[in-house]
Amino acid sequence: MSQDNATSQRPAEDTLRQPKKKSVRRPVSAMIGALLVLFWLFVAAFGNFLAPFDPSDMVSQDIFASYSGTHMLGTDFLGRDMLSRILDGARYSVGLALISTVLACLTGVTLGLLAVLSNTWVDEAVSRIMDALISMPSKMLALVLVSVFGSSVPLLIIMAVLAYSPGCFRICRSLALNIAQMEYVLVARSRGESRFYIAAREMLPNMMGPILSDFGMRFVFSVLLLSGMSFLGLGVQLPAADLGSLVRENISGLSQGVPAVLWPAISLGTLTIGVNLLIDSLSARHRRGF
Amino acid sequence: MTDLVEVIDLRVTADGVDGSETEIVKGVSFTLRKGEVMALIGESGSGKTTIALSLLGYAREGCRLSGGTVRVDDIQVLSLNNAQLHKLRGRTVAYIAQCAAAAFNPSKRLMEQVIEAALIHGLMNRAQARERAIELFEALALPNPKTIGERYPHQVSGGQLQRVMAAMALITDPVLIILDEPTTALDVTTQIEVLRTFKKVMRERGISAVYVSHDLAVVAQMADQILVLKSGSVREASTIDQVLLAPTDIYTRELMQAAQPPNVTQSLFVKPMQNALLQISGLTAGYGDKDSQGLPAIKVLYDINIDLHRGQSIGIIGESGSGKSTLARSIAGLLPAARGELIFGGQRLPGILSKRTPEQFRQIQLVHQNADTALNPSQSIAQILSRPLQIYRRMSRVQQQKRVMELLDLVQLPASVISRYPSELSGGQKQRVNLARALAAEPSVILCDEVTSALDTVVGAAIVALLIELRRELGLSYLFISHDISTVKELCDEVVVLYAGHQVEVGSRQTLSRGPLHPYTDLLTRSVPQMRRHWLDDQPVPVWNTVPLPPGSDPAVLCTFRNRCPAHIKGVCDTIAPPLKRFPQGNLVLCHRSAEDLARMQYHQPWVSQGETV
Repeated sequence: MSQDNATSQRPAEDTLRQPKKKSVRRPVSAMIGALLVLFWLFVAAFGNFLAPFDPSDMVSQDIFASYSGTHMLGTDFLGRDMLSRILDGARYSVGLALISTVLACLTGVTLGLLAVLSNTWVDEAVSRIMDALISMPSKMLALVLVSVFGSSVPLLIIMAVLAYSPGCFRICRSLALNIAQMEYVLVARSRGESRFYIAAREMLPNMMGPILSDFGMRFVFSVLLLSGMSFLGLGVQLPAADLGSLVRENISGLSQGVPAVLWPAISLGTLTIGVNLLIDSLSARHRRGF
Repeated sequence: MTDLVEVIDLRVTADGVDGSETEIVKGVSFTLRKGEVMALIGESGSGKTTIALSLLGYAREGCRLSGGTVRVDDIQVLSLNNAQLHKLRGRTVAYIAQCAAAAFNPSKRLMEQVIEAALIHGLMNRAQARERAIELFEALALPNPKTIGERYPHQVSGGQLQRVMAAMALITDPVLIILDEPTTALDVTTQIEVLRTFKKVMRERGISAVYVSHDLAVVAQMADQILVLKSGSVREASTIDQVLLAPTDIYTRELMQAAQPPNVTQSLFVKPMQNALLQISGLTAGYGDKDSQGLPAIKVLYDINIDLHRGQSIGIIGESGSGKSTLARSIAGLLPAARGELIFGGQRLPGILSKRTPEQFRQIQLVHQNADTALNPSQSIAQILSRPLQIYRRMSRVQQQKRVMELLDLVQLPASVISRYPSELSGGQKQRVNLARALAAEPSVILCDEVTSALDTVVGAAIVALLIELRRELGLSYLFISHDISTVKELCDEVVVLYAGHQVEVGSRQTLSRGPLHPYTDLLTRSVPQMRRHWLDDQPVPVWNTVPLPPGSDPAVLCTFRNRCPAHIKGVCDTIAPPLKRFPQGNLVLCHRSAEDLARMQYHQPWVSQGETV
C-alpha cells in the first residue's frame, strides 16, 4: 500500500497523457482565414515594392478602364493604376488598424489587470472612466475629434484607441476577476509575490486565448472605422489613400460596375473575413481546452 | 429471457485528436436480473461511467460504441436509431447523475423539471404527472412534498436535490435506473440519509438498477451484484457477499484495503514544554460587510482556539459549511480575522498578507484541495517548483534545477515530469506536485485543505502515506483539514471537530476512537459507511428537534447542533449556552450532557470498525 501507485501501478496510457498539442486537425475555414491574413500582412509590408506603377501617377489616358495586360485591375477616375493604388492603400488600412488595435488592447489589458489587482477605489475610478468612454458611439466620437482637431494619422490612432480600449478593458477585467479567484493566484499571493509578477506570470498567460480573439475582433472594427472615416473624407488625407478612400474616390464609377470601385471593396471584404475566420478557429481551439 | 439486462463483449473506443484510437472499454460482459442492483466499481478512468452510459446507447463526445451488444428488456440498444434512442432514454432507462446541482436548470422550478420526462414521453397529462411527482417526493422522504416542487434548485439542500433527481428518474417508471455516484458529492451525514431513502424506494418498487461508485462500503449497502473494473476490463464479477468475504482478484483486495479504516495506533507525539509554534486564540472570522463592532455580516468561525506544536499534526474535521477552509484561509492571511489573535513562533502573525514578513510567508504553506486549480495550467512543473526556490531561497538556476529534482524525488515523482504541464499529469501526480511546491519553501507548518478528497481511494491513501513519511523525515507540523474522519485518525495526533463554525470537540486520535463523544462527533463517526452488508439498516434514523425556542433565549449563544442532536435536553439546550467540559478520557467537549450520560446513549450504537479494538 505504501508503494507509489501514481508512478508505478498505473497503466502506461494513464501515467503521462500524451501532449495534446501536436497535429490538431484544423478546419478548412481556419486555413483560408490564415492565408488571407498572411496575404494582407504581406501586401501591407511589401506592397510598395511590388507596385508596377507609382500609385499617384496618372499613367493612362483611360479613366475607369477595365482589366488589361498593363493595368491588371484597370484604372481609377484619374487614370491611375488601380493595382498599385490598392497595394499602397492596404499599407494604411492594415498598418493603421494594426497599430491602433495593438495600442487599444495594451491599454485595455493593462488597465483591466490594474483594476483587478488594486484596491476598490482604483477599480471604481478606472471602471467608471471606461464606462463613460464606452457610452459614446465610436463614429460620433471620431467625427467630433476630427472636426475639432482636423484629421491626421496620430489623431486617427488616438481616436481608435479611445474607441476600442474600453471594450478590451471590460473583457480583460472580467477574465482577470475570475482568474484572481483561482487557487494558483491565491498560492502566489500567499507566497508574497508582487502584483506585477502575479499579473504578468500567473494571470496573463491564462487570459491570452480570449484576449487574442478579442484582438482580432477589434482589429476588424478598427479597419472598418478607419475605412468608414476615409470614405467620408475624414480619415487618411490626400495624397495618401487607404482602401476606404479608394472606394470613395471611385464611387462615381459604381453604376458602371468598374473594377476601380469593386476591388478596394473586395480587398476590405477579404481582409475582414480572413481575420474573422482565423479568430473563430482560435476561439474554437480554446474551447476544446487548448 | 430471465435477465433484464444483458451486455456482451461491449467495446468503447475513444478517438484521439491526432486520429489515434484507444479502447477504453475492452470487451465487458455482464447480466442483471430483474429487481437486482448491479454495482460498477473502480477508480477514475476505469470505464465505469462509460459502461453505464452505454446502457442508454450514449457515448461521450470523442468516444464511440465500437462493438458488442447491449440488451435492455427486449431492446437491442446499440442498434437503435436516434428517434428510437429518444424513446428509450428517460422512459425505459433513466439516469441519476453525480452532481445534482449541475444537472438541474437553475431557472426552472423543480416540479417542471421532474415531470418533464413524463410529458415528453406522453405518459400522462400535467395534472397526473404532478400528482405522481408529489407521491414520489413523499416516498423519497422530502420535506413538504406538496410544495417543494414549487421551489427552485438553489432553494433546497444538496441531499434534497439528489432525491428530487431520483424522483425525476422514477416518474416514468423506467425498467432500469442508472445511478452515477449519486452520493459522492455529499457529506457523510447527508449521504446516509440519501442512501437510506434510495434503498427503501428501490426495495419497495422492485427497481433494477446499475449503481456506479468508487466506494465499496456504499456499494455493500446498495448492490446485490458487483463488477470490479480496472482500465476498462472486468477484474472480478460476483455477488456482493462473495466479494466482501473472499475477494479473488488482487486489485479488488487492494481496493478493499484502501477502503478499510486504518488501525488507530497510539500517537507517538509528545507535546514539548515550550510554547506552541502556532497559537490560534479566540479566532472569529467571516465574510461580508463589518458592523459597528467590526464583526462580519456572515460569521463563519466563532472563537476558535488551537495550539499547534512543532512536529505535531492536528486534524480539523466537519461537514461542508462548517468553516474548515475559512480557518485555513485565515491562517494563510487570505482572510483577516475579525477577532482573536494568531501567534507564530512567539510573534504576532498579521491577519493580512501585506503586513507579513517574507519569513512568515515561507514558514506557513497552504496546500489547496484541488490540484487542478492550484497549479497554473500555463506553467511547466519545473517553473511551478522553482519559483518558491527563487523567491524564498534566492537560489541560482543551477541550484534550483538540482533542488527541483530532489523535491520530485521527495514526493516520489519521476524526473521526467519536470518539463510537463499540469494538464498532462494524473490527479494523484498533480497533488504530489502541489505538495512539492509547499515543501520547496521548507516550511514549518503546512496547512492541508482537503488534499485527498478529490482523489481516488487508492491514490488518496498513497498521498496520506507520503504525508506521514514527510512528517517523520522533515519534522513538519500539519493542520490537516478533512471531512473524512478515518484519514484524520490515521494522520493526526489531535483532532478538532467543527460544527457550524464552533469548535464542538477537541481530542486525541485515541480518545476519539473511544466514547463518550460530543453527539455530533458521534454522528459523524457513525455515518462513515462500513464494509459490511446491512450496516445501513442498523443505523438509527436521524432526529430533528424542530421545537420553537422558548421566549428569551438567544439563538446566537445556543448549541448549534441542538436541532439534530439525539441527546437534546428540552429546556436546557434551547435556553442556555453549552459549557465547555473536559471528559475523563481527556476530550474537550462543548455540551450540556455529562460524560456518563453520553457514554450510556452511545453505548447502544457501537460503531466499532473492522481492525479496531476498543
